[in-house]
Amino acid sequence: MDFALLRDAFWMLTFDGLALGAIYALISLGYTLVYGVLRLINFAHSEVFMIGTFGSLFATGLIGVKIEDEPLTDGKMVFTLLFALVIAMLSSAIAAVLVEFVAYRRLRKRGATKLATLISAIGVSISLVELFRIMTDSLPREFPRIMDKTFLVSYAGADIRNDKVIVIVAAGLMMVALDQFISKTRLGKGIRAVSQDENTATLMGVNINRVITVTFFAGGLMAGAAAFFYILVYENTSFKVGFFLGISAFTAAVLGGIGNLRGALFGGFVLGLMETYTSAVFGTAWKAVISFIILVLVLLIKPTGLFGESITQARV
Amino acid sequence: MIKVTFNLRDKGAEFWDRSPRWRRVLLSVIFIGFCYALPFLNNPLINTPGSDFQSVLFYPVGMYVMMAIGLNIVVGKSGLLDLGYVAFFAIGAYTMAILGTKTDLNFWEILPIGVGLAMLSGVLLGTPTLRLRGDYLAIVTLGFGEIVRIFAVNTDAIGGSRGIAGIPTPPDIFKAKFTILDPKPYYWLLLTFTLLIIWMVRRLAARRPGRAWDAIRQDDDVAQLMGINTRRSKVWAFVLGAAVAGVGGVIYASQILSIVPDQFNLNVSILILACVVFGGIGNIWGVILGAVLLAFTPERIRFLSQPRILVFGIALVVMMNLRPDGILPKKKREHLEPNWDHVEESGEGEIK
Repeated sequence: MDFALLRDAFWMLTFDGLALGAIYALISLGYTLVYGVLRLINFAHSEVFMIGTFGSLFATGLIGVKIEDEPLTDGKMVFTLLFALVIAMLSSAIAAVLVEFVAYRRLRKRGATKLATLISAIGVSISLVELFRIMTDSLPREFPRIMDKTFLVSYAGADIRNDKVIVIVAAGLMMVALDQFISKTRLGKGIRAVSQDENTATLMGVNINRVITVTFFAGGLMAGAAAFFYILVYENTSFKVGFFLGISAFTAAVLGGIGNLRGALFGGFVLGLMETYTSAVFGTAWKAVISFIILVLVLLIKPTGLFGESITQARV
Repeated sequence: MIKVTFNLRDKGAEFWDRSPRWRRVLLSVIFIGFCYALPFLNNPLINTPGSDFQSVLFYPVGMYVMMAIGLNIVVGKSGLLDLGYVAFFAIGAYTMAILGTKTDLNFWEILPIGVGLAMLSGVLLGTPTLRLRGDYLAIVTLGFGEIVRIFAVNTDAIGGSRGIAGIPTPPDIFKAKFTILDPKPYYWLLLTFTLLIIWMVRRLAARRPGRAWDAIRQDDDVAQLMGINTRRSKVWAFVLGAAVAGVGGVIYASQILSIVPDQFNLNVSILILACVVFGGIGNIWGVILGAVLLAFTPERIRFLSQPRILVFGIALVVMMNLRPDGILPKKKREHLEPNWDHVEESGEGEIK
């Protein structure tokens, strides 16, 4: 127990926690979107995230940035950042759509049980992890340093590092964009309709298959963005990267009330902060335990999460 | 072809119901005898190149079968999605490891303690959390499984991440000697317990608790209206499932001689759940078949070495797509609508 560290480095930890929370929040949006529409936990979502990190690696490889290179500057840096981000988002989104196609579509049409679908998704998840394990020879991969990581300002002992600022700001923009998409566009309306009542939505002429594909695509885009931000900050990935982040992000989604977009955001940030604080106090080994205990306590008091569940409520 | 296999379970049940007593006894004796004789049937069709067949029979096959039967009480019979089942297995194994190395108690004295502790942790976890709905229960149990593992990793008093070594073997029974070199006695021990558990589950399923679980799985609220104490029934399902895993854990630890926390990770829970769903949720013979297949296949195809888990994952997806109700599905008498294409929400194994 080390409360002195928490007191001395409070703002530093808060800032780090927000950056981690932004990544959690982006991943948990994917869980919550899919849950809203299908009422299912997408067990393969952590692998969608993992594919995004490899997508970023692939993108920098295409541009020709090497591990031993000096950090890029100016236009080339901005271009590389954006290019890697777009490729990561696209690869995750395509992976998510394929996951839906392989693991969910047929089972949904046959009216299979939730558990059967869950196992099917677990099968896809196992296959993807194994595929990447074999492709990478079980070794972690390093990500080249695209941008020079400098401290922008220092506030109350907290050094604000530029890459984390980018992560928090960009993640915020993505979330706003997703929120606008869900609440303003026609397809977003379709997603809300299906999550409210699938049968009635069909009767109103909503193309359910398309809505589900779009939902997975949108969730995949967010996971891909999270993957790029993750690899930008931590600069390495491996085939098993999805597992722990996936569990944390899913916890975040449940914490905020699964199926509820803003709840997922809030849950992501709360969990990121909580994990950073508790690992300062109890050591990193115990952070998962503390997160789960808090989750259980929240669920006991409010069994549907902090904000209740439902994508439709997210508009308010 | 698909039509034929689809009715396999019902055909089997029909045959069983029509059979006179002598035929039932004969069939049971043949089946049980076959199971006990399995370690000697080392023929090329079922042997496992790359790993010792007799060891494979004990772990993973026998162990998975036992655990899948236990988890089936929780997930299949009462419809509670438990993703942290490995925790109870770990508690049983750690009880055996700690008491076996620190005290003079032997296997038979530790077994009830291990089972008792697993059941106690089932009560402690189940009482507050079982009022949560399906998906929330899933994440909480998943968390519990991880917490038990993390606790074991970070507590140096029980060996930390290095685990515990030098766990004693059970004392000899008649001529069967329990040694590290010979997995056969362990297999027979495990098989005996598994048969006892199957007998217990079948008795329970046909009586009041089993009917209460059925009712809860189909509709929690209606079950409550019918006067079932749903809370107590759920906790009992949880605790019985935990007890089975506890038995498995104690036996496992006494065979493997040393345990480390990372053996008890989330993948074990998920694999056991896959066994239950793969074979046919709720139907004990389906569950057994699923566990045998899922435990045996990766060992059988060990010659593929690198991609064998990949093949396993793909097989899981393909199987679920072809037969979403498992290989041997449960009897469908609960449904009024016989045409499958029009049944949207079957209610079978549905987690509400």
